[in-house]
Amino acid sequence: MIRDITLGQYYHTESLLHALDPRVKLTGTLIYIISLFAADNVTAYLVAALFLTAMIVMSRVPLSFIVRGMKAVAVILCITVIFNLFLTPGIPAFTLWKLTVTWEGIRGASYMAVRLTFLILGSSLMTLTTTPNNLTDGMESLMKPLKAIRVPVHEIAMMMSIALRFIPILLEETDKIMKAQQARGADFETGGIIKRAKNMVPLLVPLFISAFRRANDLALAMEARCYRGGEGRTKMKPLVYHRRDVIAYLVLVLYLAVIILAGKLGPL
Amino acid sequence: MAIVEAEKLAYEYIRRDDEGNVDGVVRALDGVDLKVERGQFIAVLGGNGSGKSTLAKHINAILYPAEGTVTVDGLDTSKEENIWEIRQKAGMVFQNPDNQIIGSVVEEDVGFGPENMGIPTKEIWERVDESLKILGMDEYRKHSPSRLSGGQKQRVAIAGVVAMHPSCIIMDEPTAMLDPSGRREVIRAARALNDVEKITVILITHYMEEVIHADRVFVMDHGRIAMSGTPREIFSRVEELKKLRLDVPQATMLSYELKAAGLPLPDGILSEEELVDKLCQLYVTM
Repeated sequence: MIRDITLGQYYHTESLLHALDPRVKLTGTLIYIISLFAADNVTAYLVAALFLTAMIVMSRVPLSFIVRGMKAVAVILCITVIFNLFLTPGIPAFTLWKLTVTWEGIRGASYMAVRLTFLILGSSLMTLTTTPNNLTDGMESLMKPLKAIRVPVHEIAMMMSIALRFIPILLEETDKIMKAQQARGADFETGGIIKRAKNMVPLLVPLFISAFRRANDLALAMEARCYRGGEGRTKMKPLVYHRRDVIAYLVLVLYLAVIILAGKLGPL
Repeated sequence: MAIVEAEKLAYEYIRRDDEGNVDGVVRALDGVDLKVERGQFIAVLGGNGSGKSTLAKHINAILYPAEGTVTVDGLDTSKEENIWEIRQKAGMVFQNPDNQIIGSVVEEDVGFGPENMGIPTKEIWERVDESLKILGMDEYRKHSPSRLSGGQKQRVAIAGVVAMHPSCIIMDEPTAMLDPSGRREVIRAARALNDVEKITVILITHYMEEVIHADRVFVMDHGRIAMSGTPREIFSRVEELKKLRLDVPQATMLSYELKAAGLPLPDGILSEEELVDKLCQLYVTM
């Protein structure tokens, strides 16, 4: 049961978007997010919407999967919209009880809603089309310049991929410990929040001990296989740009140009 | 030349209390002399705390000797500049299959060792293909290790070591956490590596059945080598083994008891087939 939780939210199809280099997708997502916040007129948002729709169609990921990401942030989205709606000063449009809604508020709230929605759809599209391994590889490669200011880029990427590898193992272990403690009369299901949190102690302590033991074993196994950090290490699956990646970068530049142009057209 | 050689090897674990004061010293290894020839299949037997795992970690240069020396292919393990070469030459497989697999896809894990050694990408793929084939795990190459059985995981771990092209593989109780079928799988793989690939195998275990095919067996007790010889020599000394609290294989035990009861059977019978054979001969002559 607990084993069946899928990691990340990768959804496999044979689309072009899946085949793209993770660095392209990471950069693309970043540019897209920046463009969303830079844009402040309807034309620009139409362009952004068109771009996103094209990407979603291209990815061949079912729309229900992409929209699923919205659920988690629905509350935040509502709160932002409400605050924007009621608390923006300006020309009053109408009054609800004691709260005044301004034209600026309506405008700001609808922009914010569109921005957040696109942002979440865009970034979940990236995680849906990129495997977690590819994602860490891409981040390692993109953050390489940070090595100059002594950021341990390789180590961070290695930690991320080991964490990904151990999540299912630790989940399984949690399940086992939970059952073992329940067999001895532990109660994880009843009582208030505080009582329940207290009841988690017999679950967390053994879990932590075992996690540390595993970490120790793993470090030993890595050293035994000649691991000594990123220095002098080669890659089994190095990231190589193909023609499609270059084209994708060009498309991104084009998109950015169109967004800037749309901004120049002035507010509608 | 011997591939692994230990001379008067000693190692101490120092126990400290909370303030860091020395609380006690456990002499895990106490004057171990050991010589392993190239291409041999060696088994090291011993109960809990006999020092067999500590010995294994010395061969891989994870631990350094407190006294005496260990050399792997002529390289002294106590010299800092040798350790990476030694770790490549003497690969190590550990007990817990989950805690030694680093990659989240089988083939990536097998490639981990060669990546660390700085092998060019193309050759890494060749090595990964080759070692997955040797271990019979080729069809699982795209799988996630967490979905494999214990025996399969252990074979992946062995493949990861084989991809580093070692001349010797040390297996530290590789079967201790497996079910009987997984155990058979791993032992069969270890024997095939020795027979076909001519890799020296040092198998550390406390299961007697696993050592009957070894070229040479070392029995450890309290950090010393208590007995050494061929499996047949070792298993003919049933009384001594019992004193070391080690279980003798069933067939050996039965023939030992039969002999004690007066049947003229030879010493050191290792397998069921052999026992049946000898009993039949006896029946014919009687």
